[in-house]
Parts: sequence; C-alpha cells; structure tokens
Amino acid sequence: MIKRADVVIIGGGVNGCSLAYNLAKRGVDVLLFEKRYLSSGATGSCGAGIRQQWSTRENAMLAIESVKIFEKLSKELGEDIELRQGGYLIAIHDEKEMKQAEKNVSMQRSLGLKVDILKSEEINDIVSILDVKGMKAIGATFCPTDGHANPFKTTFAYANAARRFGARLYTHTSVNKILVRDKSVVGVSTDKGVVKTSVVVNAAGVDSKYIAEKVGVSLPIEPYRKEIMATERFKPLFEAMVISFKDGIYFSQQKEGQIVGGIPVPEEKSGYRTMPTFAFLQHMAKTLTRYAPVLKHVNMLRHWTGFYDVTPDARPLLGETPGIKGFIQCNGFSGHGFMISPMVTKLLSDYIVDGKTNDILEKLNLNRFKGKKIDREMSVVG
Amino acid sequence: MMKKKTIVCRCEDLTLDDVEKTIDEGYTDLEELRKKLRIGMGPCQGRVCIPVVMKILERKTGKKISKESLPRSRPPIVPVPLGTLASDKK
Repeated sequence: MIKRADVVIIGGGVNGCSLAYNLAKRGVDVLLFEKRYLSSGATGSCGAGIRQQWSTRENAMLAIESVKIFEKLSKELGEDIELRQGGYLIAIHDEKEMKQAEKNVSMQRSLGLKVDILKSEEINDIVSILDVKGMKAIGATFCPTDGHANPFKTTFAYANAARRFGARLYTHTSVNKILVRDKSVVGVSTDKGVVKTSVVVNAAGVDSKYIAEKVGVSLPIEPYRKEIMATERFKPLFEAMVISFKDGIYFSQQKEGQIVGGIPVPEEKSGYRTMPTFAFLQHMAKTLTRYAPVLKHVNMLRHWTGFYDVTPDARPLLGETPGIKGFIQCNGFSGHGFMISPMVTKLLSDYIVDGKTNDILEKLNLNRFKGKKIDREMSVVG
Repeated sequence: MMKKKTIVCRCEDLTLDDVEKTIDEGYTDLEELRKKLRIGMGPCQGRVCIPVVMKILERKTGKKISKESLPRSRPPIVPVPLGTLASDKK
C-alpha cells in the first residue's frame, strides 16, 4: 500500500468521497479508507432529500450553496446524479409552528432563497393527493428549488471523478489508529499498513465518535437509529417532498416511481440496534395514509434502517480539532449530510489547501459546545 | 448458457450485458453493484437476481463471495398494502 499521502480521509460516504474529489481536483494527494463499501453507512440508507429550508443560518447557507453545486454536478462529474427539483412542502400545523415558519422564511429569503408561505387551500396546488384536513395543516412553506438526487449515484460519481484526479480509495479497509506526535497528526495505521500524513479527516458518520476516541477526543455524537420504507412503483403523482416537523414524517415519490419515506419510531432511544420494527411500519402507514388516503392501495415493498449521527444542536461538526493539528472533523450531520455535502466539502478543501477559514467553519467547530449557549437547528424530521 | 440479452433482473429489466458492463466500469463489490443498478430493490427483493449476479461477479473477478457479505434482507417478505398496515385500530 501507499506509504505517504497529503491527506487521509476516513469514511467512504458522500462527504468522504466528495471531499476526496474536491482535494484531488486541486492537486492534493488523497487516500480514502472505507471500512465496508462506498455509501455503506448513512449515505446509502438516507431519504435522498435536498432541502434549503432550515432554521439556522449556517445550515441554510450550506444547503443553498450546495444546491447551486448540485444543479451543475452531473455535468461537472460526467455522470447523472438524478437531481430532481420538485420542491419541499413543509406542513404547518399550529400558530407556534407558523411563527417559527415566518422567522425561518424571513431568514431564508435574506439569503436569496425563493420560498413562500402557503395557505391551507393552496397545498393541493402543489401536491394534489394530500388530505389537508387529515394532515391537520393550517398552511405550509414551499421552496421550489428543493428536491432530491440519487445518493448512491452521487457518491459513486464523486468517487469516480476523484480517482480520475489521482485519489486512491480503499474499501474494506479499517483505520486502527491515528498517529499523533507533539499534538500534530503524523499518520494513520490501517489493517493494510501504515500511511504517513499530516492531515486526517474524520468523515466516518456514526463511527466518527470512535475514530476521535482513538486520539482522546470526545465528540458529542449519539447514534440514532432511523427507519425508512419504499413502496412499489406507480405513475408520477407528485413531485414535492412532503414533510412535517410536528409529525416527523417525510415522503417523496422518486424518479423510478416508488414512494420513499420515514418517521421517528415511537419511543425510540439512541443505540446501535439495526433490526427494522413493525412499530415503525404501523406508525408510518397510519400517518402516510392520513396525509394521503389514496396511498392505502399502494404496496409497501421494503423497509430498512440507518443511523443519524446526532449532535446536541443537530448541526454538523466541521473543521480542525482544538488541540490536535491536522485532525479535521466532517461528521455529526444529524440526518442531513447528503444535502449539504457539496458545500461542506468545498469549504473543508479550501481550509485544507489554502488554510482559509470562514464564518461557517468557525461556527460549526467542535469548540462551540464549550460553555456556550447552543443555537439548535429546529427543522429536523425522520 | 446466458446470452448478452438474457434478462438477469426482471424488476429492473437488466440484461447480462448491463451487469457485465457495470462490473467492467469498476463496480466489483456486490453491494456497490446493487446500489448502482438497483438490483434486488424491486418486488422480488433480490430472490431472483442476487444469486445470478453473484455468480456473474464471481466469474468475472475470480473472487469467491462469502454468504455473510450478501445484501441484508429487507422486510416484509411479500409486498403489503399500506392500508393493511394502517388498519390496526390501536
């Protein structure tokens, strides 16, 4: 195996692969290690959504800039990532949610996003199969440039492009140790050999916590098991992703025609159990058919689990670790790592190559949890 | 003997040629191949296609695939209408 690299990335999800691409494109010698196969973690089990409607400014900015990159990504990478911009319709159920929505929309508009607050009677103009009374909506917000893309194809396209620029990606390879000398990264030890490097990026999803523990760094990440299901395919009925923060549900009809969606499992606690549950299926089916009664005739085909790597404020951990030079965090995505990956990895590659930091990386650094007031992301589903 | 046009995955209408070409592009991991082509994500849940694709992959790469590394099954075993799943009154 290679003995030396400029940068070593741990984790072959969408963020690891897109960072490998962004760095390799700029001439950096990159190695990536993935314990299983590319997209085997949260990326490969996610709901594929791309949303710009967030409550915190940093998430909204990351998502808005990411959509600009997603829009050109198939061309840039030379492979179709199957981007579809059918919008996100976010149901509003009560006055409290309406107040939060008004606040969110005004912040999002200040960043240049086109987003509107709809009256309840306008909801069916966007998604005709919704039962507005059944879903108990008093309104909704809608952003037409939100949408979804294929997470597998996006990850593979990034990986293939990274390889064309000289990055080397090793799957089925585990990192056992991060080597640190005088508070600086000097290498990693894997089950296939040792590599010298001065920069290690921790993009290992829920396993990021254990990677960081190897060098005595405690990341405030909890694994949350999430369940998701797909139905059989049928003709296109709606284009928007429908979500509700109150009910926790999200669902959309994907390119091939299947509905993919999820909802929090009742009384679920954090942990690593992976078996799907019947409780989820019942809760999902009940809520989904309450939102769109016509779907009761549709067959549910498949059901699987994945993990959110959840931080105390539901926002990612990005940038250099205080106290260890060259140890970069790219994790804690709390369920929305796919949709912000293009901009996250662009900012991180600018930091790694040029040493250029910026406001977002500063605000999302691990040091934000040290005795400061937490600015929590409110707009979380699933 | 399979021909180029032989259907390997009925749910996705994939031929032997489609599968072999994708393997040649570098998708030599069964899971990555599955996710690239959506093999096993249709109504058959992989019961028809996965054993065949496994054999094709083994033949092309010369590497044996262990049963433990096969894609995990995704419940339910047969498709169930959402209305049935939602019918419990509790």
